[in-house]
Amino acid sequence: MSRRRDDRLTWETFSEGLWRENPVFVMLLGMCPVLAVTNSAVNALAMGLATTFVLVASGLLVSLLARYIPRQVRIATYIVIIATFVTLIDYSIQAISLDLYNALGAFIQLIVVNCIILGRAEAYASRNRPLKAVVNAAGMGAGFTFALLCLGGVRELLGAGSLFGFDLFGPNFQPWVVMVLPPGGFLVLGGWLLLFDWMKQRGRETEPLPRGETVHGR
Amino acid sequence: MAADSLSFIFLNTVLANNFVLAMFLGLCPFLGVSGKLETALPMGLATTFVMLVSSLCAYAINLVLVALDIEFLRLIAYIALIASAVQLVEMALKKYSPVLFRALGIYLPLITTNCAILGLALFQTFKGYDFAQSLVYALGAGVGFTLAIVLMAGLREKLALSRLPSVTQGAALSLMLGGLLSLTFMGFAGLGGGHG
Repeated sequence: MSRRRDDRLTWETFSEGLWRENPVFVMLLGMCPVLAVTNSAVNALAMGLATTFVLVASGLLVSLLARYIPRQVRIATYIVIIATFVTLIDYSIQAISLDLYNALGAFIQLIVVNCIILGRAEAYASRNRPLKAVVNAAGMGAGFTFALLCLGGVRELLGAGSLFGFDLFGPNFQPWVVMVLPPGGFLVLGGWLLLFDWMKQRGRETEPLPRGETVHGR
Repeated sequence: MAADSLSFIFLNTVLANNFVLAMFLGLCPFLGVSGKLETALPMGLATTFVMLVSSLCAYAINLVLVALDIEFLRLIAYIALIASAVQLVEMALKKYSPVLFRALGIYLPLITTNCAILGLALFQTFKGYDFAQSLVYALGAGVGFTLAIVLMAGLREKLALSRLPSVTQGAALSLMLGGLLSLTFMGFAGLGGGHG
């Protein structure tokens, strides 16, 4: 059983979601909200925080309950747990800021089907003790928020000439409107992925490999 | 054309507000299953079918929720409903059409986590569509999804034969292609009168 696995809490537990296993840039999970709500940096930040909350809360509950959930119905149980927290955050955002709620639209409720959350519940939270599951979920959430900000920042900068609503370029800036429209989402994310792939490829070419290691081996 | 006539809803969801290319719903299968034409088409058709079934059920269950005044349970009810709808479709297909069942294989259960299905159920509730409108909306969404995924598969099959820089192979290229397709579909926006 996985109970006997390494229980130590390390920096790695948090940081793997940030960079090495970034849910968006590396694992390509949860793409729908990534592209849909990142037309401004504020929306991106709100979506990232909402998803992080659901990740952490459902990670904690799943980790606590994992021993009592029968194997056959575990996916359905996880979905119900996730849906409960999404309903909570949905009503909270509606209470805090109606403008934000209208801007994000149905995508808050669609956090339920975000594969990152179910994937983490199944692959990590159900097999680790609560503290570790929470720290890891927070890392994943931070990585997700970071990716959303990368996209939202670039799209708002190019498409509206501002960042977090502050005008940066003055009145003479000709906004590149397509960037805040749907095609911009695809293009900017494609651009970021290209950049990361290129960096990875260069890193592999320039770094001399340590002895006994191949390019493909970990 | 009136904004709530059936033909308008259909055209609007297929072209102007295409679920994949304008509203970013169902991107996972769009990027994952669009490698080959012969898997893309069955995937599109299966999704369309599940959309029709779950739209119908969502309409019915929403009536119950509103009648009992427990709308805050809508999300949980819908997701449970979609999961069972997919399960039902799977069992029915297995019994009555084993050939089709085998052709669809793994894609059928994966439809549960396709956000286009939940999105469809939520949007039709927000827009307050009646029974016929909901069905047409679901059909339009399904046809739009099929159209997008088939177009994408065709493009990627062509690209597989061309020479590309090694960096661009993989997800980045698919996203760029999706961006171009989405740009093309923006040309239809005049039909729908913007997002709505």
